Amino acid sequence: MIELDRLTKIFEGPQGEVPAVCEVSLRVPAGEICVFLGPSGCGKTTTLKMINRLIEPTSGSVFLNGEDTGKVNPITLRRSIGYVIQQIGLFPNKTVGENICVVPDLLGWDRRRARARAAELLEMVGLAPDSFMDRFPNELSGGQQQRVGVVRALAADPPVMLMDEPFGAIDPINRAGIQDEFLRMQERLKKTIILVSHDLDEAIKMADRIAIFRSGKLQQYATPSDLLAEPANEFVQDFLGSDRALKRLSVISVASAMLRDVVTVSPEDPVANLEARSKHPGREVAVCLDDAGRPIGMVKDLQLVPSEGPVKAHMQAAEPVVQAGDDLRTAVSSMLAQGTSLAICADEAGRFVGLLTWREVVAAVSGREASI
Amino acid sequence: MEVLQFMIDNRTVIADRTLEHIAIVSVAVGIAVMTAVPIGIAITRSKALADAVLYAASMMITIPSIALFGLMIPLLAPIGHGIGYVPAVIAIILYSQLPIIRNTYTALADVDPALREAAKGMGMSRMQRLREVEIPLALPVIMAGVRVAVVMNIGIAAIATYIGAGGLGTFISRGISQSDPRQLVTGAIAVSLLAIFADLALALLQRALTSKGLAGRPA
Repeated sequence: MIELDRLTKIFEGPQGEVPAVCEVSLRVPAGEICVFLGPSGCGKTTTLKMINRLIEPTSGSVFLNGEDTGKVNPITLRRSIGYVIQQIGLFPNKTVGENICVVPDLLGWDRRRARARAAELLEMVGLAPDSFMDRFPNELSGGQQQRVGVVRALAADPPVMLMDEPFGAIDPINRAGIQDEFLRMQERLKKTIILVSHDLDEAIKMADRIAIFRSGKLQQYATPSDLLAEPANEFVQDFLGSDRALKRLSVISVASAMLRDVVTVSPEDPVANLEARSKHPGREVAVCLDDAGRPIGMVKDLQLVPSEGPVKAHMQAAEPVVQAGDDLRTAVSSMLAQGTSLAICADEAGRFVGLLTWREVVAAVSGREASI
Repeated sequence: MEVLQFMIDNRTVIADRTLEHIAIVSVAVGIAVMTAVPIGIAITRSKALADAVLYAASMMITIPSIALFGLMIPLLAPIGHGIGYVPAVIAIILYSQLPIIRNTYTALADVDPALREAAKGMGMSRMQRLREVEIPLALPVIMAGVRVAVVMNIGIAAIATYIGAGGLGTFISRGISQSDPRQLVTGAIAVSLLAIFADLALALLQRALTSKGLAGRPA
């Protein structure tokens, strides 16, 4: 857990005192990613660097797992915190393996243990240790260097990581891939992470909580969903942009928005049985499942279907099918691509779990019942 | 042809003089590296100090060597070394300061600030940063300064023959005083070849000391 208590930094400039960070207080629970977001010069990087004391605070304190960092030797402190910078900063005179082993070596780890750890970490980010361990950074692509930069920070298994625009130097196509990879890694590692970014989409994607800064002051500290739903002030609202409702689509999961109470039938059921069950509003659709519970078709506009024969004679293809674990943005995109106003939701095994229509999408994004 | 014959006839003397020459320059530049590199590192902490030190070192190099040798005679005479090996070595130590200090300072100042921040942020002390990152990165440029010092001072050591330091300059001074072009040319060629070979040897040393990860970067 990281806790900032009225953290303040005032720089002495030629024109007198320049306040860079003013009384910032926030708490990042263990295992979460907090993104410091804001325009350049808003104090987010200064705040980050006060945590590992690359910049000494003018006043206020930082607590890591309850311990006041101001009372710890800064060098000992930094060795216990993973640090990733935008320029990656791999040492060009050292091999990939030596770069990863920097902190373990500083901590006096046994040489063999450090090398084994480096191999394990390279494996984790998909770089074969045999071929990468002894290469030099200038023999790596930008994306590979970035991966090495991240695993180098993880080498001594620090509970806390500070990342200063870690994906900023990578082209947009590779960036999305590395972000996904990093999130998967975080699923397992559960580090407490503070990540500085000026990219709202990156923040929404990566963050458990977002802290928005402006002129050294913390404007709002909230989950991405809450932030997009209720910006605290005009600055935050402007910063989030006029399409913030659309951005909210990516922080809401299909599972949390979908309609679970849906009429399901088997293909052999007589259509006649459907009618009685179709009177409820919002349940004009029946989804047809096979024996394993997988959607194989659906019957729309139940009132209009002739009441003869089995369901399979009247059903349409069950499309599109979206994953319950996906976000609404992906689901809505599938619906738009298919030109339909509903999507069938399935779990990882392909079993039917619910139905998504515009009504649910609007309700989830706006927080209100849809008037359609 | 005459010159060649002279060289062949006097090869053992030439070899002895060459060794004397190497002894003066290598000891002097060796000591200079041990003083100039730490000075170059120390002045990276203050721009004003760096300017002052580099200015003083530049002044030093403008003093004509023959004048410097003359100046040292009364200074070192009380300890019995007014002439000979010791003042020659001291002069070369002084002349070597500028290229080595300047290159050390410039190379360290040019280290990418991002690397310095990464090293600091990972918990390296100042000494560890110097040893693990900054000096290895600066090494090619520092070595270039050492090469300049060596080549320049092989020439200056030739003049030290006038204060009785020996070396290959002996052939040149005798060639002048005895109007003997054979000795003069032999001395000149030997000094030039020594400078060329010393530079090549140091270039190889530089390559051996530089991390392979720095290949292809400007030195």
